[in-house]
Amino acid sequence: MSEELYRVEGLRLSLPDLNRKPLWGPAPRNEILKGLDFGIAKGEIIGIVGGSGSGKSTLGRCLVRLLEPTAGRLLFEGQDITHLNDAALRPLRRRFQMIFQDPMSSLNPRHRVGQLIAAPLRLHGVADVRGRVAEALDLVGFPQDMASRYPHEMSGGQRQRVGIARAIALRPDFILADEIVSGLDVSSQAQVLNLLERLVKELGLTLAFISHDLSVIRRLCSRIMVLYQGEIIEASDTAALFGQPRAAYTRELLDAIPLPDPDQVWA
Amino acid sequence: MADARSLVKRRAGPRLWLSAGWIGLVVLAAVFAPLIAPQDPLAQDLFLGRMPPFWMAGAEPGYWLGTDSLGRDVLSRIIFGARIALSVALVAGGITCILGAGLGLMAGYMRGWVDTVISRFIDIWMAFPPVLFSILLIAVMGPGLISIIVAIVVIDWTRFARVIRAEAMGQGVMDYVASARVVGRGRISTMLTEILPNVLPTIVVLLTLEMGIAVIIEAILSFVNLSIPTDDPTWGGMISEGRISINQAWWVLVFPLIALFLTVLAFSQLGEGLKNRYDPVLR
Repeated sequence: MSEELYRVEGLRLSLPDLNRKPLWGPAPRNEILKGLDFGIAKGEIIGIVGGSGSGKSTLGRCLVRLLEPTAGRLLFEGQDITHLNDAALRPLRRRFQMIFQDPMSSLNPRHRVGQLIAAPLRLHGVADVRGRVAEALDLVGFPQDMASRYPHEMSGGQRQRVGIARAIALRPDFILADEIVSGLDVSSQAQVLNLLERLVKELGLTLAFISHDLSVIRRLCSRIMVLYQGEIIEASDTAALFGQPRAAYTRELLDAIPLPDPDQVWA
Repeated sequence: MADARSLVKRRAGPRLWLSAGWIGLVVLAAVFAPLIAPQDPLAQDLFLGRMPPFWMAGAEPGYWLGTDSLGRDVLSRIIFGARIALSVALVAGGITCILGAGLGLMAGYMRGWVDTVISRFIDIWMAFPPVLFSILLIAVMGPGLISIIVAIVVIDWTRFARVIRAEAMGQGVMDYVASARVVGRGRISTMLTEILPNVLPTIVVLLTLEMGIAVIIEAILSFVNLSIPTDDPTWGGMISEGRISINQAWWVLVFPLIALFLTVLAFSQLGEGLKNRYDPVLR
């Protein structure tokens, strides 16, 4: 196995459940992630699937340290980033980026596309910001005059491509894509997935792709991790998982994929 | 391809033109008051008392809008009164806006104990009756332009703080804030570069409303004689004086009232007009 980019050991996360908080004393805690162990190898495209509430987005947000795990260890290239504070994380931030589910919400509506892509570059003191923005626009297949558009002037697929451009402009090692095609129509989905696949190859990225849709995952990922109620119930190579799903829940997910021919089986 | 909404130039529209035009006129009048005022606003001439405006019989040439009971020129007093009205609007409105919006932005974005402290402070502050509060303040500080500005700031900052806090809270949960964190932007920087541009349209509208309100508060305080010493012409003071002689000389009351009304209206319409014209999201 090649070198590991991420190593996750016994990762747990719980949040206080304020709805059930008694008048006095601390609120009971909701266990969201219940001790996850896995690794992500360099250059790998790993799919994280699971139903609603399975903790897959929470796991993703832990990986890019938008959330702080309550227990366990999170290693990025051997460095423990589990409890690093914002200041200590800052230099690392340019190495792991994230693409959000809803580009309308994740792109500041009052910034132009050029500004959206340039802001992280300026923040990290990258030289030749203009050149890098132009290059990022190029990579996602936009003409240069797109830089002067506002997000609301674009289609959903285009907005998501801006999200991708912003993430790759920093040239990170790792990108987390959180349900990035679930808000798009099928043809835009295909376009965005093709683009992402090409970029991962060209730039040698490591990608974690979160989705509830196994057919999307199958198209893109080499390895799949199935999450159910905060636990990993199955993790294997894509072909193996589709060929012989071991967990009952995985079979359920597989059965939920609409097929052109109902009698067809997954090859 | 993306649509071409950004290529369509939005016309400014009559709302913006008219309001900006009137405010421009008032600004010019205030700046060049000594040059354009036909008479000395303080000169009294009891032989010229209560002269009607120019189109009525018995009008005195050179006194376009008539004179008050002491023979002072109404037009000149309105022009000089614009100075005080405008300085109150700009200075009091501006300080109120910066203070209130700043605190509201911090409370709404940072949440936690910052929000608790600021919000409780606002609640307590708003429990004071504002008119009594301002009268008390001016009684302590003594009448004058500074006292009026302080009174307006002290009373009205909560209006900004509450509205901007709610707006900033709504913006703070958007993913673009999380996305700024992912690239490693600090909290203060996120507040200023991500949240502020999105609450700015609201701030502008509130600011222009506040400018109108400041002019009204100044007029009210002048009306109850708590503003500037009565010699200096203020619109509120003129309205108050005109009230006494309303049956003999209505113009002493009506013209400053019209100036006040138009200015307040222009300020509030200016805010809306600017927002419609320049907010990229509304295109």
